[in-house]
Amino acid sequence: MSTWIDLVLILLVLSDFALLGSSRLGACIRFVAVQGVLLGALTLAAHEETTSLRPVILAVLSVGLKGAAFPWLLLRALREANIRREIEPFVGYTLSLLIGAVALGSSLWLSSRLPLPTPPVSSLLVPVAFFTSIVGLFLIISRKKALTQVLGYLVLENGIYAFGVGTVQQTPMLVELGVLLDVFVAVFVMGITVFHINRQFDHIDTDRMAVLKD
Amino acid sequence: MHLAAILHTLFALVFAPFLLSMINRTKAIVAGRTGQPLLQPYSDLWKLLQKGAVYSRTTTWVFRAGPVVGLAAVLTALLVMPFGGARAPVAFSGDLLFFAYVLGLLRVMTVFAALDTGSSFEGMGASREVTFSALAEPALLLGLAVLARQTDSLSLSTMFAGITSDLWRGSGPALALISLAFFIVFLTENARMPIDDPTTHLELTMIHEVMILDHGGPDLAYILYGNALKLWILGSLLVGIIMPVRSGHVWLDNSVACVAIVGVAILTGLIESAMARLRLLHVPQLLVGAGVLSALALVLVLR
Repeated sequence: MSTWIDLVLILLVLSDFALLGSSRLGACIRFVAVQGVLLGALTLAAHEETTSLRPVILAVLSVGLKGAAFPWLLLRALREANIRREIEPFVGYTLSLLIGAVALGSSLWLSSRLPLPTPPVSSLLVPVAFFTSIVGLFLIISRKKALTQVLGYLVLENGIYAFGVGTVQQTPMLVELGVLLDVFVAVFVMGITVFHINRQFDHIDTDRMAVLKD
Repeated sequence: MHLAAILHTLFALVFAPFLLSMINRTKAIVAGRTGQPLLQPYSDLWKLLQKGAVYSRTTTWVFRAGPVVGLAAVLTALLVMPFGGARAPVAFSGDLLFFAYVLGLLRVMTVFAALDTGSSFEGMGASREVTFSALAEPALLLGLAVLARQTDSLSLSTMFAGITSDLWRGSGPALALISLAFFIVFLTENARMPIDDPTTHLELTMIHEVMILDHGGPDLAYILYGNALKLWILGSLLVGIIMPVRSGHVWLDNSVACVAIVGVAILTGLIESAMARLRLLHVPQLLVGAGVLSALALVLVLR
């Protein structure tokens, strides 16, 4: 079943590139939702030998939260804030795509230098997990809108989740659920914050917050 | 030389303009029009060949050489391009680079001829054409590198003979990625939507059309025929990957490939009916995206 895992991982990489090259916030939110569904599929594919209920619960929770609840929450915040697209990012979209290609190359190099105690489910898993995390960090630092930064945080978490699910087969379920709960609370709080920033200042450009200091 | 190979080349020479009429007919049907007759491109070529050429006094021999060298280049590219599982008439190791840069020669001669007229509009079109093709080239070359790596050959003929359904089963994702990248290259090189609008005659938005404004008569006929052949050549590059039917039976393979290439033309027509032209600023983004797809495919096969 390694081909299915590879397929999911390649789709994950493609959704990362779509996030890097897309300026419409609504589309970006949907790409992150697709990533959530892909991670659910990855959880099921990676734990195929075990017959326990644990991966199924985890996959359903992951898809439900990241594929449905977060997008709904963020699309709602987007509607309240009444913005459609990222106007002027710090790094342009074409350059972002090129940086993404470089990041993919360097995460492949990095993962080839990294000895793991147990082999991951696919040789592609570690580079893709690194790449997704790097893309998340890059989105946080290169975009201006608070909403895109929330998306960057989610993508970063997706990368870490993919790494965990593919390498460590026996993570206690309590830990996984705890992480999911943390992410849920964080996104919930950030959604509310975006709404309040927008109501207070009529925009959600984080770079203009620097003028707030008294 | 193989009989099937020569047969295919003659077939391409005759039927290449037919692809243009297929695209036009698809667009007409989607828009609810009757559309021009299917033989219209042939009539256009015939009409242009009957006319005399007019040359401006500011142009030099470069302007006159452009269409002739361009047509010669595209005919040479046709000779190394295999079709329908058969070998190409000419095949040697390394001909994939030869193929890519013979098409480059066609482009550079069109650009030189456009610059030779001294018109500022043509210079603008030339600058755009060169920018976009420079961005499309990595996508094409990296994609060809993937194919060369997967089939262990540096010649287009053996490469396409090596693309079988087994290869699709083994490394399907990489092949799917380069098919998508090659389709974007196909649209770019043939000046199709959403990169360029072949029907526009507004100078500010034209890319390819603006470069051939000053050509007339037989020169324009050579250019139009060359464009039709280029559509056929890049279409068969795409078909060779997505339709890996290698039954060994010449007629069956050829007819499958012909149906597939007409399918590519219809798909192009559908895209042109459904999409608006991209803003010029967004075109590099699409082309870099195609390059990234090819690079990702290369990473997958090198791993």
